[in-house]
Amino acid sequence: MSAILNNETKKVLIKPLVNDNPITLQVLGICSALAVTSQMSTSLIMAVALTSVTACSSAAISSIRNHIPSSIRIIVQMTIIASLVIVVDQILKAFAYDVSKQLSVFVGLIITNCIVMGRAEAYAMKNPPMASFMDGIGNGLGYSLILVIVAFFRELFGSGKLLGFDIFTLTKDGGWYEPNGLMLLPPSAFFIIGIIIWSFRQWKPEQVEQPDFKIIDISHGEGGHH
Amino acid sequence: MPNENKKCKHLAGLCEKLDKCEHYQKFAKYRDKVLALGNDSLEKTISVALSLCFVCAILVSISAVALKPLQVENKAMDMKKNILDVAGLLEDGTNIHQAFEEQIEAKLVDMETGDYVEDRDVTAYDQRKAAKDATQNIVIPRDKDLASIKAKAKIAKVYLVKEGGAVKSIILPVHGYGLWSTMYGFLALDADGQTVQSINFYDQAETPGLGGEVVNPNWRALWAGKKVYTESGEVALKLIKGVVDTNKDGSEFQVDGLAGATLTSTGVSNLIKYWMSSEGFASYLEKIRTDG
Repeated sequence: MSAILNNETKKVLIKPLVNDNPITLQVLGICSALAVTSQMSTSLIMAVALTSVTACSSAAISSIRNHIPSSIRIIVQMTIIASLVIVVDQILKAFAYDVSKQLSVFVGLIITNCIVMGRAEAYAMKNPPMASFMDGIGNGLGYSLILVIVAFFRELFGSGKLLGFDIFTLTKDGGWYEPNGLMLLPPSAFFIIGIIIWSFRQWKPEQVEQPDFKIIDISHGEGGHH
Repeated sequence: MPNENKKCKHLAGLCEKLDKCEHYQKFAKYRDKVLALGNDSLEKTISVALSLCFVCAILVSISAVALKPLQVENKAMDMKKNILDVAGLLEDGTNIHQAFEEQIEAKLVDMETGDYVEDRDVTAYDQRKAAKDATQNIVIPRDKDLASIKAKAKIAKVYLVKEGGAVKSIILPVHGYGLWSTMYGFLALDADGQTVQSINFYDQAETPGLGGEVVNPNWRALWAGKKVYTESGEVALKLIKGVVDTNKDGSEFQVDGLAGATLTSTGVSNLIKYWMSSEGFASYLEKIRTDG
C-alpha cells in the first residue's frame, strides 16, 4: 500500500480537496453543482458517477497518450469520456433507477463537465496511467466535497431532511420549521458556493486571484514630473 | 494446483495458436507498423480514430445489452409504482410487486367500441409501442387531434382496483403534448366514471420548476373530487388561469393552472378533453356506468 501511496499520489489525491479544488479554485463544474444539489442522495450518486468517470477516463487517455494524434486530440478524449458516461448512465438505470430518473440529463451532461475534460488535458496527457487515475479520483473527491456541503445545507434548510430522514419537523406536519423555498431552487447553490469560496479564501489567502491588471494612478504619476 | 497448471497450459496453447494464425500475424505486423508511425501522419490518425471507435463501441454495446434486462425490470416496477400511486395505494414500505398483484387488475379495452378485449395477453401488451405500430394504431385526423399525439393504439390498457367484487377506481392511461414533451400519465376515476380521484404524470420533460410542476404532489392533490362531464355529457374538466374560486358555479370542473406554464397547462386541459371524449374513453366509461 505504501508503494502505491507515495508522495506524488498523495499530492494528487489530497491537493484537489482544498488547495486546488476544482469548484472553488478553478471554478469548474458549476452547472451540475447547481442542478443536482437539492438533495443529498442525488448529489452523492452524482459525485460517485463523476469521480469514476474522471478517474477512468484519465487513466484510459493517459495509457494511450503517446499515440494520440494532435489533430484529433480533443475528439479522442471526448469519445473516451462519452463512452464511459454512457456506461455509467446504463449502470445507474439498472441499479439505481429512481435516482437516475431524478438526475435525468445531468448524468449525460458529465460529458461536458469541465472537470473531466480539464483533467484529461492538464494532467492525463502528460502523466502515467496510475497517477492520472489518482488525479481523477482526487479531483472527483474535491468536486464531491463541495457538492455534499452544498446539498447538506440545501436539503436541511429547504426540506428539513438529510438523506430523506426528517431532521427538522416541518410546520405542515405539525412541527416548528418553516422550510426555505429558495433553498430548493438552483440559485441558492450559487449563494452557498459563493460563501464556500469566500471562506476557503479567507482561510487560505494565497487562493485569492491577483487582479488581471492594475489601474495606474495617473494624477500621482504625472504629478511627480511637474 | 494441477488444475491451475492445466489452465496455464491451455492458455499458453491458445496463445501459441494465435501466434501461428496467419491473420493475427498480419494484424500484429500492421499494429507494430502503426504504433511506430509518427503521431501526426494521416495513416496513424485514421487508424487511431477507427480502433478507438471500435473499442468504445464494444464497451458501450456490452453495457447496454448486458444491463437491459435489469433496466426493463426497473421500468416495469416503476410503472407499477405509478399505478399504485395514482390509485392511492402506495405507502412507504409497500411491497410494490405484491400490492400490484393483489389489488390491481389490468384490462384491455377496444378504443372504438369501449368493450373489453379478452383474447389477448394483458401483461405482454404495451400500449405505447402499439401506438407507434402502423398495424395496431389508428391515425387521428388533424382536426380531432386535440392532444397532438398523431396516432393512438387501437387497444388501451386500463387498470381496475376492485374491492369486494365492485370496482373502486378506474385508472386510465392518458397522454398529450405539453410545451416540450409528450406527457404520459394516469387518471384515476371513481366507479361512476365521473369523479376524479387522482392524476399522475410518470414521463414528461416539461420545464423544471414551471411545467415540470405537473408532478408536484400539492398540485396533484387539487384534482381529487373534480368532475369530468357536465350533465349533458360534455367534457368540462380543464385547467384555468390562476386559482379556482370554490364558491363559483362550475368550480368542480376547474383545476388551478400551473403558474408560469401556460402551454403545459393548455396541454393538460387538451389531453383530458381528448381522452375523456368519444375519441378516447367516453364509450368505455359509459359501459362501465351501465354494467357496473
